[in-house]
Amino acid sequence: MITRLLQIAATTLWLLVALSYQTTIAAPANASTSELRQHINALATGKIKDKPRRIEALAQLGSNKAIAALNALIEGRLYSDKASTQVFMKHGDHFVDPLSLTAVNTTSKLKKVKANNKVRRIARAAIARLTLKSPNSEQRLQAVEVMFKAADHKLLPLIDEALEFEKEQEVKQKLLEIRAAITLQNKHASKEAQLEAIGQLRQMGSQQALGKLQAFINNSGASAAALKAADLAIKAIEKSQAIWGVFQNIWYGLSLGSVLLLAAIGLAITFGVMGIINMAHGEMVMLGAYTTFVVQEVIRTSFPGLFEYSLLIALPLAFLVAGAVGFAMERSIIRFLYGRPLETLLATWGVSLVLQQAIRSIFGPTNKEVGNPEWMSGAFELGGLMLTYNRLWILAFSLIVFAGILLVLNRSHFGLQMRAVTQNRRMAASMGIKTPWVDAFTFALGSGIAGIAGVALSQIANVSPNLGQSYIIDSFMVVVFGGVGNLWGTLVGAMSLGVANKFLEPYAGAVLAKILTLVVIILFIQKKPRGLFAQKGRAVEA
Amino acid sequence: MSRFSKIISATAFAALISSSMLAGSAIASDTIKVGVLHSLSGTMAISETTLKDAMLMLIEEQNKKGGVLGKQLEPVVVDPASDWPLFAEKAKELLAVHKVSAVFGNWTSVSRKSVLPVFEELNGILFYPVQYEGEESQRNVFYTGAAPNQQAIPAVDYLLENEEVERWVLAGTDYVYPRTTNKILAAYLKAKGVSEEDIMINYTPFGHSDWQTIVSDIKAFGSAGKKTAVVSTINGDANVPFYKELGNQGISAEDIPVVAFSVGEEELAGLDTEPLVGHLAAWNYFQSVDTPANAQFIKTWRGFVKDEGRVTNDPMEAHYIGFNMWVKAVEKAGTTDQDAVIDALIGVSVPNLSGGYSTMMPNHHITKPVLIGEIQADGQFEIVDETDGLVAGDAWSDFLPDSAQLISDWRKPLSCGNFNVSSKTCGGTEGK
Repeated sequence: MITRLLQIAATTLWLLVALSYQTTIAAPANASTSELRQHINALATGKIKDKPRRIEALAQLGSNKAIAALNALIEGRLYSDKASTQVFMKHGDHFVDPLSLTAVNTTSKLKKVKANNKVRRIARAAIARLTLKSPNSEQRLQAVEVMFKAADHKLLPLIDEALEFEKEQEVKQKLLEIRAAITLQNKHASKEAQLEAIGQLRQMGSQQALGKLQAFINNSGASAAALKAADLAIKAIEKSQAIWGVFQNIWYGLSLGSVLLLAAIGLAITFGVMGIINMAHGEMVMLGAYTTFVVQEVIRTSFPGLFEYSLLIALPLAFLVAGAVGFAMERSIIRFLYGRPLETLLATWGVSLVLQQAIRSIFGPTNKEVGNPEWMSGAFELGGLMLTYNRLWILAFSLIVFAGILLVLNRSHFGLQMRAVTQNRRMAASMGIKTPWVDAFTFALGSGIAGIAGVALSQIANVSPNLGQSYIIDSFMVVVFGGVGNLWGTLVGAMSLGVANKFLEPYAGAVLAKILTLVVIILFIQKKPRGLFAQKGRAVEA
Repeated sequence: MSRFSKIISATAFAALISSSMLAGSAIASDTIKVGVLHSLSGTMAISETTLKDAMLMLIEEQNKKGGVLGKQLEPVVVDPASDWPLFAEKAKELLAVHKVSAVFGNWTSVSRKSVLPVFEELNGILFYPVQYEGEESQRNVFYTGAAPNQQAIPAVDYLLENEEVERWVLAGTDYVYPRTTNKILAAYLKAKGVSEEDIMINYTPFGHSDWQTIVSDIKAFGSAGKKTAVVSTINGDANVPFYKELGNQGISAEDIPVVAFSVGEEELAGLDTEPLVGHLAAWNYFQSVDTPANAQFIKTWRGFVKDEGRVTNDPMEAHYIGFNMWVKAVEKAGTTDQDAVIDALIGVSVPNLSGGYSTMMPNHHITKPVLIGEIQADGQFEIVDETDGLVAGDAWSDFLPDSAQLISDWRKPLSCGNFNVSSKTCGGTEGK
């Protein structure tokens, strides 16, 4: 009870200090339109360095009508007319008045109002202050998120006011956290207030809270007890984050593994099952990525509404394009070289160079922009984990492709013929299987799978003629490590290489982690030359 | 065929060859050859092909104006295929076989280092158009790209002053340019009072594509209660996945700005720039520079490549400046003789595209303005800061203990690329 009283006393005291420091934060509610307009027009004047002050002045008016103009400034949609010093907002392809939001016809040349990061940050904080009492709880939540980053003692009266009205639990919690962060910034806050604030942030347990606590330790000459509590809180947060960090690493490893799996899975068929050293495998992946690019270009120019489905449309096309190129390659080059691995290697390497240069001549040497659909952008938090949607989809997709191939190999008629041909070609031939065609279609299947891997990889890598080269080494590594001729080996190999790499990376750095992984694989292959899942029995010798 | 007719045909063939050779040399004496040494295939083709096209455009434009010394210019394009030793061979071919008067080329530092001995031995002239790590000054090379003090240092100054950054991540690709630049920057930051623990240095391999761990490390590093920024010397293709990961993990430029030295309009062309708005780049030229000269340049460029959407970038401007300097120096010297042109180049001043004049300094570097730009949603940069005047390129950084004492001055009588001002000697390992 006494602590509570003391706390209230401290808050009132501090409130007074804060109020005397900054006279008004809760500004006059009814600023006149002409005054608003004058301040909005002022945003376009002066140098970038003067803009934070102008934004503050505008926000001081406390009018919600300023929000639209501030948003336009953040998004680079605010334009000024040099002659009349009027400011307009760009809305689509026409201009509107920043206050009345009615369309205006201007014939004069308009100039964009410049903003930099600092200006945008300050404008965002200003908007947050103006929307803190908005009836929309979504907006209030957004406001408090921004305010936490920019927590400042000047905000305190506003926060306290909002706390009284706030009903939404989530927003209220965030307000309390902001309050705690502000308390920690105040050197004159009482020990009790500080301790409570530290407790609050400790409960919050996020990286942001950690930052505020660390700043508290760095800056103030607070009492030993408060420092100790802050230190303990930091340790506790760091500990829980370290535990989450392990899971995070596993997740990163799996998602790297899924990329490796995607890149390698086509090769697991052409190299693993058929035994063809196909150096042009990476280029099949590249063809898939370029197919995605072409599909998106067509959609952009002709059917803009379909953009969200562009990847789904690209998948079968990429399979067909890469598969067709693979088929042509097998029929025209590779089939004459069966049983001559060195010549095959050289010939397919030559093909890879031809394909690269062909793409370079057709599409140019520069990167092509492949957009991410909405459902593949962004991230969400799961406990202390940060999961990005594109990685999640790629992981799911790689597993689906894997399952699909298993199904084709083990359950379909074609798969049966394929296995028969690889296990005993002559026997299969005498049973009436057209072995050359099975070879051609198997190679086409492997290439087609590489093509659809390209669709997925276009979402995380850059689409350039060099795309394939960056994956070819990794692909062979995975297939050899997992065991040639075994699909499950490819899956386990890819995932374990991914996870191993990601656990090494924080300690050894990205460069060394990659080298270490290679060294481990070399040692492993010395010990088990046939990889993780060695094939046994007669098939090995065939 | 009888023996007689064989002899006749052989003679005829020989005559044909000699006459064609004569014709060849007759043409050669009427033109001045200019070598273009940029990779048109392999990993660097993505950046260098554009520069080859820019050179062809500049040469064509000059020929329209009547060439140089009354002669037409003839470009000789070779393809070193992103292969460093091949750069040396192709440079030799340009100088010894084609006898070119000047060479414009190279992108990576390692390719430049591989051609240095060739240019020295055959006394050629090389214009190098890309920002680089400095610590070099060679008699036969003219550096029209930025030295660290013309790009990295002003960028860091901008962040210090405008964003009040206190913690620094220096992230780069693992090769000579990022390593040297980061060494200079770390020394500079420490001189500015930044403590060791507030600097995180990170290197990644070429073409690194999985940035998850590093981006989350940066995020963790940036949550220590101090304003944090990333200084990126990440090269080439690795940038796209890096920025994509930043966007996906929700790091906005307002939280942790990234200032890059290798990301220009060309690199952004392959990227959805919406999540990158506000991240920074430091260059000496942006396509968005608002001057009549630049508008004309962009118009000519787009007409030349017949693509209304093509962008221009900083190394292209460097070639523009370098080429015009060479033209002016040749006219000043009245000859294309290498020694005369090398001497004539120092002090030559030509307009750059940002509305001023760039001058070739005695250390073979040039003066340029430094611009800081923020990435916009349309893939262009908005210039948010500009140095007050021109900055002269410094061959030897003042922030590294090994090179603080060195200066470069190729004017007679000093004629030295690394003169030690305290021991008053010329020497060392680089550039004699």
